[in-house]
Amino acid sequence: MKRTGAQIVWKMLGREGADVAFGIPGGAIMHMYHPRQDYKVHHILMRHEQCAAHAADGYARVSGKVGVAIATSGPGATNLVTGIATAMMDSSPIVCITGQVPTQVIGTDAFQETDITGITLPITKHNYLVTDVDDLAYTIHEAFYVARSGRPGPVLIDLPKDVQIAETDFVPPKDGIEMPGYHPAGPGDLDLVQKAAEIINAAQRPVILAGHGVMMSGAMDALRAFVEKTSTPVSWTLLGKGAFPESHPLAGAMMGMHGEAFANHAIQEADLLLAFGMRFSDRVTGKLDCYAPKARKIHVDLDAAELNKRVQADVAILGDLRQVLEQLLPLVEKTPHSEWLAQIDEWRKDSHDRDIVNRPNDEYLVAPQFIDAICEATEGKAILVTDVGQHQMWAAQYYHSDQSNYFITSGGLGTMGFGLPAAIGAQAAQPDREVWAIVGDGGFQMTMQDLATLVQENLPVKVALSNNSYLGMVRQWQELFYDKRYEATDLWANPDFVKLVEAYGIRAWRATNLKEAIKAIEEARAHPGPAVVEFQIIKEGDEGNVYPMVAANRALDDMIRRPVSSDEPHLYE
Amino acid sequence: MRTLLALVEDKPGVLNRTASLFRRRAFNIESLTVGHTEQPGVSRMTIVVDSKKTDANKVAQNLYKLVNVIKVEDITERPCVMRDLALIKVKANGGGSRSEVLQIVDTFRARVVDVSPDTLMIEVTGTEDKIDGLVEVLRPYGIIELVRTGRVAMVRGSGNGK
Repeated sequence: MKRTGAQIVWKMLGREGADVAFGIPGGAIMHMYHPRQDYKVHHILMRHEQCAAHAADGYARVSGKVGVAIATSGPGATNLVTGIATAMMDSSPIVCITGQVPTQVIGTDAFQETDITGITLPITKHNYLVTDVDDLAYTIHEAFYVARSGRPGPVLIDLPKDVQIAETDFVPPKDGIEMPGYHPAGPGDLDLVQKAAEIINAAQRPVILAGHGVMMSGAMDALRAFVEKTSTPVSWTLLGKGAFPESHPLAGAMMGMHGEAFANHAIQEADLLLAFGMRFSDRVTGKLDCYAPKARKIHVDLDAAELNKRVQADVAILGDLRQVLEQLLPLVEKTPHSEWLAQIDEWRKDSHDRDIVNRPNDEYLVAPQFIDAICEATEGKAILVTDVGQHQMWAAQYYHSDQSNYFITSGGLGTMGFGLPAAIGAQAAQPDREVWAIVGDGGFQMTMQDLATLVQENLPVKVALSNNSYLGMVRQWQELFYDKRYEATDLWANPDFVKLVEAYGIRAWRATNLKEAIKAIEEARAHPGPAVVEFQIIKEGDEGNVYPMVAANRALDDMIRRPVSSDEPHLYE
Repeated sequence: MRTLLALVEDKPGVLNRTASLFRRRAFNIESLTVGHTEQPGVSRMTIVVDSKKTDANKVAQNLYKLVNVIKVEDITERPCVMRDLALIKVKANGGGSRSEVLQIVDTFRARVVDVSPDTLMIEVTGTEDKIDGLVEVLRPYGIIELVRTGRVAMVRGSGNGK
């Protein structure tokens, strides 16, 4: 039977396991949209293509499946760019399909023509321009495979209008892939694994640095078995949150620029770092010259280019983390590390005593209070999607959970505006789960038009809007390092967010202290549809800043600590 | 200097992908040549990097991130034949200069491939050093135009480099 390119796309999306696609139609992609109703894939109409890409990303991160975003040519395609770059930096598997002007006019500056394969070449894992309808089915098959295998990432397929219209005999592609150069890593080299085990068995003060790769390779159980056998404490990167259950006695905390002080101290004092599926980002290491000076390093990653990129490893193992951990497990010895664990607990106590949620107040609201309240109310079982900025760090610090693949955030690119659309994608992937989007007033205003998508799809996302009427993270830096000149960070012209949200037909609450916050959270949770709670938080001062903090070009343990009381000087001496 | 061989799928945009990778990772590339191989659908690149500025190992690891790259090998330490080819158009009119240039061509085992009343076009193959040497000797006569292919390389012996 003859099928058009458009029909083949929907057929193939279904075959590759996509049940939802996020997109916006337009001139060069209309033809592809035309037969959509005849196929099973549900389409969610977004309000901006950037949001379509973020939604596909959020969908992918909670479901482990490939997310799909669709846009038209030209501006539709370029609007995807930020979302694609976000997915690239965080290794998130998405497939973007863009309309393109007909092949005959490519290169003539036709209406809404842009070279989107050229534009996205450095920010996709791979991309394709399909010029023959006979190549289409296999290309989609390969695109999904490339997106989800190995180190996952975004893949773009540019589809000229005439290819959408052209007809061919549809032959489903065979399961296999014909890519002579593409071989995702499997188990690690046995000699290296043996060498790593010897170092591990000799270590006195080891620390595991768990990254996103733990969840990407499904190594959570393997990690836990390794941790429990070797009594090695675990800390995690921002994207590694969820790699290890936080209530576990050997769980540390997030490390890095806004990591817990005890976790950073442990890294700096460690004699062995076990870097599992992480890439030593600059936000994790602080000043590189003085990073973990006493530690040997064992680095496991499935991307060879990450090994010895920033930190030289004593043993660098190229491989799939789950398989490497399974290789290591029989070779490592039971070691109690009691002294080391006691030392870390001591540091941990100090962190706990300084903690901002241990300083109760009723007069005003600080962000850690409402995040803590959401954590309490949801018993740490919600999917948490954040935007980017102060609230993102607070969410990472104060929402504790034993789940995996639940903390969805833009780590590598730090994309403001990510939160709401990614939450839409997360909720679409898991309609029965409770999804909270924690966003700031700055980032929210970059993509808040997609509130309409919540209404249209009746997605019960709960949005926690942390409002300090500032671009808060930049303001914090200005306070600490730029003479308190709050240049271009004061969002005094913010709208009345409750009214704005209500104009979309969405229920909204406002809270200005902890009591109101707890009540609003309860009511928002009880409300069956989408809901927004605006938390008006303190704007300035110690409690308006994210601590601990490792300033730029400082050693990882050279931190601005959380103040114990407001009189305590806490800045660098 | 390190010499890398890369076998890549002969697909649209592969050279662009490679060049884009070198640019965005700030790799300093001395020369890059690309052409067909004995195997249909497979192209071969010879990449020369200055190891003082760019870590050849990093270049190889990053090339593997491109899904169309089949194999990368650093052949610097292996016995191999490395060749560069140059075409040089040099002034050589009457008087003594033409015969002098012809003598130099002979000495360097180069050959004359085009002749005009005032110029000679010389083709020379060899290591970069040899070509550099010839260029230096010809320079006083007046080089009008010069083009070089960049290094191509092949490992000695019976293997096919794969």
